[in-house]
Amino acid sequence: MTEPLPIRLTVNGAPVRRFVEPRLSLADFLRQDLGLTGTHLGCEMGACGACLVRLDGRAVHACLTLAVQADGGTVETVEGLTEAGTLADLQAAFHARNALQCGYCTPGMLVAAQDYLAQDGAPSREAIRDALSGNYCRCTGYEAIVDAIAEVARARRAGRQA
Amino acid sequence: MSPSSDSPHRAPGGYIGAALPRPGAKRLLQGRGRYTDDIVLPRMLHAAFLRSPYAHARLLALRIEAALALPGVRRVLTGADFEGICAPWTGTLGHFAGMKSSPQRPLATGKVVWAGQPVAMVLAESRAEAEDALEAIEAEFEELDPVVDPEAALAQGAALIDEALGDNLIFRTRIESGSPDSAFAGAETVEAEFRFGRHTAVTLEPRTILADYDPGEERLTVHQSTQTPYQFQDLYARHFGLAESRVRVVAPDVGGSFGMKLHLYHEDMAVVGASLLTGRPVKFAADRIESFLSDIHARDHRVRARLAVAPDGTLRGIEVEDLTGVGPFSAYPRTSAVEGNQVVRLIGAPYRIADYRADLRVVAQTKTQMSQYRAVGHPIACAVTERLVDLAAERVGLDPFEIRRRNYVTQDMYPHTTASGYRFERLSLETCLEQLHALMDYPALRAEQAALRARGVHRGIGLATYVEITNPSPAFYGVGGAHIAAQDGCVLKLTPSGEVQCLISVTEQGQGTEAIMGQIVAEGLGIRREAVRVITGDTDVTPSGGATWACRGAGIGGETALQASRKLRRRVLEIAGAILQAAPDALALRDGQILGPEGTARMSLGDLATLVAFRSDLLPPGIAPDLTVAHHHAPRGYPFAFSNGIHGSLVEVDAETGLVRILRHWVVEDCGRIINPLLVDEQIRGGVVQGLGAAFFEECRYDERGQLLNGSLADYLVPMACEMPDIVIRHVETPTRDSDLGAKGVGEAGTAAASGAALNAVNDALRPFGAALAQLPMTPERILRALGTV
Repeated sequence: MTEPLPIRLTVNGAPVRRFVEPRLSLADFLRQDLGLTGTHLGCEMGACGACLVRLDGRAVHACLTLAVQADGGTVETVEGLTEAGTLADLQAAFHARNALQCGYCTPGMLVAAQDYLAQDGAPSREAIRDALSGNYCRCTGYEAIVDAIAEVARARRAGRQA
Repeated sequence: MSPSSDSPHRAPGGYIGAALPRPGAKRLLQGRGRYTDDIVLPRMLHAAFLRSPYAHARLLALRIEAALALPGVRRVLTGADFEGICAPWTGTLGHFAGMKSSPQRPLATGKVVWAGQPVAMVLAESRAEAEDALEAIEAEFEELDPVVDPEAALAQGAALIDEALGDNLIFRTRIESGSPDSAFAGAETVEAEFRFGRHTAVTLEPRTILADYDPGEERLTVHQSTQTPYQFQDLYARHFGLAESRVRVVAPDVGGSFGMKLHLYHEDMAVVGASLLTGRPVKFAADRIESFLSDIHARDHRVRARLAVAPDGTLRGIEVEDLTGVGPFSAYPRTSAVEGNQVVRLIGAPYRIADYRADLRVVAQTKTQMSQYRAVGHPIACAVTERLVDLAAERVGLDPFEIRRRNYVTQDMYPHTTASGYRFERLSLETCLEQLHALMDYPALRAEQAALRARGVHRGIGLATYVEITNPSPAFYGVGGAHIAAQDGCVLKLTPSGEVQCLISVTEQGQGTEAIMGQIVAEGLGIRREAVRVITGDTDVTPSGGATWACRGAGIGGETALQASRKLRRRVLEIAGAILQAAPDALALRDGQILGPEGTARMSLGDLATLVAFRSDLLPPGIAPDLTVAHHHAPRGYPFAFSNGIHGSLVEVDAETGLVRILRHWVVEDCGRIINPLLVDEQIRGGVVQGLGAAFFEECRYDERGQLLNGSLADYLVPMACEMPDIVIRHVETPTRDSDLGAKGVGEAGTAAASGAALNAVNDALRPFGAALAQLPMTPERILRALGTV
């Protein structure tokens, strides 16, 4: 075991200072040290996507990122993105379409969808399905999720054109 | 975007049948879910388990001193620590005659019987420290011969998993009905030998449990990711010798379950026992490798089956042998025999086949335990039956739709009893078949298939009919001696402001139980949906009941809620009648208003509730101020309410690579009265994808030493969005007459038939090559083998 190291970062807009063991993952840090339990762990190897958060504006697997790697960075979790309203239209579309059941994969799905829509504003259903290939859902069969994201993509595009 | 529209049977202004979103989903979307691992208690210890590296071995010694000396480590427990505090458990049921299984204990003692079995448990201040300590435990084993292959498990001289049982055959049952010998005499016969691989639930939230024993009050509280809290309350009380009233099991948000989280696991008992031994809260959350090694696996069947068919396509008789491997013992408390039992009882069920013979053998092997998972036995029975029917159609030159239409149990035959003894009140097989034919635009699909074949593109079309067991009665587990309730309970409390709290024993794992109970209560009582709050999953709060499994939530739980809401409405109208000096029968309750005989609002429910709560002195004499009602309900008519439907699958097989693209999937289903079509659709779609996972991707692979080879989400393939098709769904509604609500289950329907339809579709695509497949999952390698390429 190695001695804890100091880190400073911004999490959901607030400055955070902690001592952490170098082996501590960002996911465990968010969940255990900060109580941000919206970030979920499904596989701990970057396959399932349940732990996706934004680090310096980019979606990353919090299970594959060490807390010390986030030192000096800016982290946004589903809680912060919700408070900021960033995900509001996605959340509304997911709700209307019942694009979640147990909700365990959902925060990661939302972060992935947000990240993807920022890159591709006019995706096809196939492209959305492709973009979600790092996010497993065991409940919905994916179709409702694809529907919800396609709907938000359409609405955002229309909003930009208006 | 194609969200479901309301059921055509929805009453004007009513909620039953409305495609409403789930109120609770908003919380989950904001990251405000509260899953078991999110709960942190003061003085909580974290558990980690040392697991056997061998599938079969004698455990000679465990040296724990070095582990105990490490930072943060508070206790290291071995099997001996649980002697005397935890009574062993045995997974047999009284009505499965001759069944046997070894007694089980929290941690291995003497011998290990699968690779992954826990042998020691570390309790530390953090999970990381507990895992550090695992490495310091010295475990000494003497490896024994593993028992991997189910046929080899029965061979003379096979290693015995439990010497005391005499052999590895833990259950056998035979069914014979009609005269199968004469059915086969002189008839055309088609046959196949099927292999169904093992797969597992892969709930994204792993199994998690947090036990908190308070020695001061002699009280145990267990937070657990489970679908059956009452069952676990009973188990913890009985096996640890605690008073049931002092055991509380709370199931908070549950991140997927699919039947996997209703079995008793060794870690559950170890965690509860550890909390009793330490007087501190103890948490265990399986990591993904532990999930693969210890969550129940599903299926694992070898089936030989043959079907006799007359030249006109009349199906005459079926003979089937099912050999299923269930791991080292039968799971508790539901047993691992239910799966095979349902296979041999569901085969042939949709068809007029009276001549039937089946032989089921359930064997022990040194692999992870196998037991009930979504659509128990259904996918095996469905794939076997529907593949045989397709082979028969091919033999006599009939179209797959036509041979089914000619042989289904027909509308004039109900009530109908199958060869295996299942009694159908009423199904809609022919209607579903006709609707699927139209929905798929079948003639156009066949024309397209032929045109593409000419260009070297090999598409296949497959059908699979299913009959699904739902709303199980006490005859299912109760008669076998298991403490698993068939009844459900609902308590409705009218609050002083006129809102309703609904406490109900059926539980929520994301399928929308709470949403539909709210709809049923709101309509049954006559109030706004928003005024109903539904609470589930806490044995201290909700009435006891069977909870959620085998598709009983809507059918049994829903009926319970409906009758409870009617009870509360009668109570409200009695009190209103006394206040308004009117006959209760002349009053009505609608949208939260009490209406007089002329239909005008006389007082609001809120005003009535406030008056009863705070000015009970104003109530006429003899009128009690009680606005809480309880109702329990158990099915009393048919032993099961069977739902039914049919799937269609369209695939494209690349004969060069063996890769399959799943192009479309269609489902026409009949789950009786639909409470929320939006939720029904998503149950079907999720179920179909789990079935397609079994058909093409998911398999727990073992080597010859009994080692699981693919225990991670990088090696074990779960269907992804990009591999799944859009799924088109239509509904037929045949309500059961056994209840006022008329609802049957739908949770298994997608999984039940998806893999059978896919199997038929792939074989349809392979037909021009003269190749056929009878093994799931249909991996590229197996397809190439069938094609003779490798």
